[in-house]
Amino acid sequence: MPTSPARYSRSIDWPTVLIYLLMVALGWVNVYAASYSPDAPVNPLSSMGFQELMAFNWFKQILWIGTAIVLIVILLVVDYKAYDTFAFVLYGVMIVLLIVTPFIARPIAGSRSWLEIGPVRLQPAEFAKFITALAASRYMAGINLRQQNFRDQLVLAGLTLLPPLLIIAANETGQALVFGAFLLAYFREGMSPLILLILAAAGAILILALLVPKLWLIGAFTVILGLVFVFNTRVLRHHLLLALSVWAVVIGMVFGVDFFFNNVLQPHQRKRIEVLINPSADPLGVGWNVTQSKIAIGSGGFAGKGFLQGTQTKFDFVPEQSTDFIFCTVGEEWGWVGSITTIVLFMALLVRIVYVAERQKSVFGRTYGYCVASIIFFHFCVNIGMTIGLAPVVGIPLPFFSYGGSSLWSFTTLLFILLAIDAYRKQDLERY
Amino acid sequence: MQYLEGRKYVVQAIFLAVALVFATRLFYIQVLDGSYKLAADRNTLQRIVQTPYRGLIYDRKGQILVQNTPVYDLMVTPREVKQLDTVRFCQLLQLPIEEVRAAMKAARAFSRVKASPLLQNLSTPELAAIQDNLIDFPGFSIKSRMARSYNTHTLAHALGYVGSITPAFLEKPKYAKYQPGEFLGITGLESYYEEQLMGRRGVQYRMVNVRGIEKGAFRDGEFDTLSVAGQDLHLSIDSELQAYGEMLMQGKRGSIVAIDPKTGEILAFVSAPMFDPATLSGKGMGNRYMELLNNPERPLFNRPLMATYPPGSVFKLVNELVAMQMGVVTANTGFPCNQRLVRCTHNHEYPSNVGIAIKQSCNPYFYQVMRAAVMRGRSTNRFEDARLGLGEWRRQVMKFGLGDRLGVDMSQEKKGLIPSPEFYDKRNGFHRWNYRTVYSLSIGQGEIGITGLQMANVLATIANRGYYYTPHFVKSIGQNGPLPQFRERHTVGVDPQHFEALIPGMQAVVDSRGGTGNLASLAEFGISVAGKTGTVQNPHGDDHATFAAFAPAEDPKIAIAVFIENAGFGGTSAAPMAALMMEKYLRGNIAPWRKRWEFWLQGPASKFVRRH
Repeated sequence: MPTSPARYSRSIDWPTVLIYLLMVALGWVNVYAASYSPDAPVNPLSSMGFQELMAFNWFKQILWIGTAIVLIVILLVVDYKAYDTFAFVLYGVMIVLLIVTPFIARPIAGSRSWLEIGPVRLQPAEFAKFITALAASRYMAGINLRQQNFRDQLVLAGLTLLPPLLIIAANETGQALVFGAFLLAYFREGMSPLILLILAAAGAILILALLVPKLWLIGAFTVILGLVFVFNTRVLRHHLLLALSVWAVVIGMVFGVDFFFNNVLQPHQRKRIEVLINPSADPLGVGWNVTQSKIAIGSGGFAGKGFLQGTQTKFDFVPEQSTDFIFCTVGEEWGWVGSITTIVLFMALLVRIVYVAERQKSVFGRTYGYCVASIIFFHFCVNIGMTIGLAPVVGIPLPFFSYGGSSLWSFTTLLFILLAIDAYRKQDLERY
Repeated sequence: MQYLEGRKYVVQAIFLAVALVFATRLFYIQVLDGSYKLAADRNTLQRIVQTPYRGLIYDRKGQILVQNTPVYDLMVTPREVKQLDTVRFCQLLQLPIEEVRAAMKAARAFSRVKASPLLQNLSTPELAAIQDNLIDFPGFSIKSRMARSYNTHTLAHALGYVGSITPAFLEKPKYAKYQPGEFLGITGLESYYEEQLMGRRGVQYRMVNVRGIEKGAFRDGEFDTLSVAGQDLHLSIDSELQAYGEMLMQGKRGSIVAIDPKTGEILAFVSAPMFDPATLSGKGMGNRYMELLNNPERPLFNRPLMATYPPGSVFKLVNELVAMQMGVVTANTGFPCNQRLVRCTHNHEYPSNVGIAIKQSCNPYFYQVMRAAVMRGRSTNRFEDARLGLGEWRRQVMKFGLGDRLGVDMSQEKKGLIPSPEFYDKRNGFHRWNYRTVYSLSIGQGEIGITGLQMANVLATIANRGYYYTPHFVKSIGQNGPLPQFRERHTVGVDPQHFEALIPGMQAVVDSRGGTGNLASLAEFGISVAGKTGTVQNPHGDDHATFAAFAPAEDPKIAIAVFIENAGFGGTSAAPMAALMMEKYLRGNIAPWRKRWEFWLQGPASKFVRRH
């Protein structure tokens, strides 16, 4: 450690730590509520054996939180340069792990993505996020994006896309989708906004193609394109070929939606999207989760039913209530007030991370900061979105709230590497 | 890179936009839209209704008539049925295979996951026969509940029956609390006292989890109520007397109503033809009900309350009392037996007073009594005089509880008819009718209609010398006595001395030589019966026989009215039957030498008709 502990401590970004601790504490309260059974109320202070207590998620979550704090200390003590220096090494190890995991892992809940080391189960995909973020930031720092070097961009794209492809191969599509969040970080570092716009447009077309009859959609798009040409003949002369190809691509996409929907997506994924569009499509199947989740949150009202008073989550109407659907417990027991508090905490954290990222002197630190913000934001979006029926059901946790060691550790690592980098920023020379 | 720094605002704007969308959406589903709360309650709250123990029914001597016994319904949950061996199953249940298949189909149509009844109303022995083998048939279960069972083979019409609630009932606001499939009193006392017999339902709100498993009371049972068992009914019916009356009426059509005049309590209530009350309970009840309904003898018809007949000569008593109260005749008024006015069926001495007239049932005498009461000379126009007179007369007659419902504790009661001036105005035209048109009323014939119950009540009124208590079956609900309206004395507006003047004539009907009701005499036991015979002209066939009486004349304990359809002259059949009933009630049994009257009364009504 290059400086004295006191000085070092002063350079830590305490607001972020505070928000982090608040979220983890609130998360634990809700995990406790979600795993609380009114039939067999457990007094946390009762003298139970370790083995018996290990049957409760809330107790295990205490262990995960404790180890996470140990992890934080380690992360802050490790020389910040290690993250920079070993980024590619870590990346290489991670890729190997992702490749071998499906072959050596026992199948758990339909996917071979968990490695078991003694009593601890780890999901390499969880850690792929921050390692990829480190590697991408490291690469980003080594290139000059102003030159818009196509080769560099290709390498960066490959670097980012390789882990999710391996994760998809291990049947953890939800975790793979998270890597889409990197686009937001790359956008900050100079990626053309056109890419974001085109992706947004493609998403919009996909959704519209499912909602609106195809011929209407094509007709409307053709008319709009036609109007552009009528009013701007210059565009017609110079960009006719481009316009025609855009038109062709859109038509291809509109018709491709069905192919994508029926042939590329797996049946359960198809269902999840169908339910999003029409919640009553499958009320007892996939729609059940979404419907029950909305009922749980909706029944919370303004101020909620009170701690441990939630009926929908207590009586197992909501699935995965302490992991992916933890927000249901928040919504049901703490009401709109609790939901808003959670959202405000996330916003505070994200804005603070952006602030921290922007004050980094190195491209590496800044890019990494944006990656952290983007990854947390993506989880926040998709997780809360799915519980209130605004996003398809994708099995990813709510950072710091959901029960689970892997996810807590991975988000903690993600965040505190940034704080470690930030704490040393004064010593950080612009080396690149 | 300076220009790129502005992008941090774009990134943060994207964060905030999503947060705003979430906050708005959450505000909508959590605060604005109440439907999620309802859905949550529907999810977790199960309303369990506890049907209370239905009140029992006792007779006046404390003998239990109607009680509850457990019956069992065989329930089926179609989803849980696995590879049903239909043939063996049908052998076990002793049911035709088609019936089981149809019932299974109906159950599947109702719900695949909820249990629905496959076979209802199994008795305990029937259950025992199948219970052990039921383990081989997953998806079938037994549900027990309480059903009515009967300790008596009589009184079916008064008791009524209990059945499952029909869709028509469910729509009435009175039955708003009933659930489909619940049981309630459909007719008779079971229906009239439904509220008291039913008791109060208990409701428990239970929380259930996603698999329907109970998770305890909702808010520690704050909203739960305990069920309160129904109240017992103590009837005024004497079940021995009832059984005796039903025995006497075997094979005939008609009714017997016996009332304790001092209280208005109904002692016997016979409607013939009758059926066993157990017919309308238990397995196969629906089929048996249809058999009763389609029986041409109409056993379900509650004759004492619903059959209205002209009262015949019994009505002469009311006619005389009304005229005496008006002051137009006295007990010593004599009228000639003028056969030109109306035919007199009996050959008799000059009716120089009311006693002789009643004893001989002299038609011309009562013709002239009513004419005196109606034609008062209020108008010089004899049509108008008859109109005014009949209106006045009718008002007085109706005070005897005639022409309107008495208000007995049973809902099917008919009003009967005491025709009004307006009735004749409508039928014959205004001022197109006079006393000659309506005179048959004076002898209880023609348009007039009264029920058996009303006739018994008239006799109770005479026995009380001028008042009556509304007849009723239930002398006590639990320990609380009868309903308040049955404690209220109704006076008929005729002074007691007029009754005293009349009663000796009625005694003479029974006890003096040549009286029309001699066969009703209980003089050998020192019991003086005051009665009146009647023969109801019947345009459709043989005349109906009636006899109405009370006894003992000086301290009446029973008033009785007997109607026997198509049995001709009342003195021949109805009078001895009434006598046996009164003897049974007053003495407790029938003297051995009087058993011949039981024999005499057996057989069809036609045997009593004198063929000329």
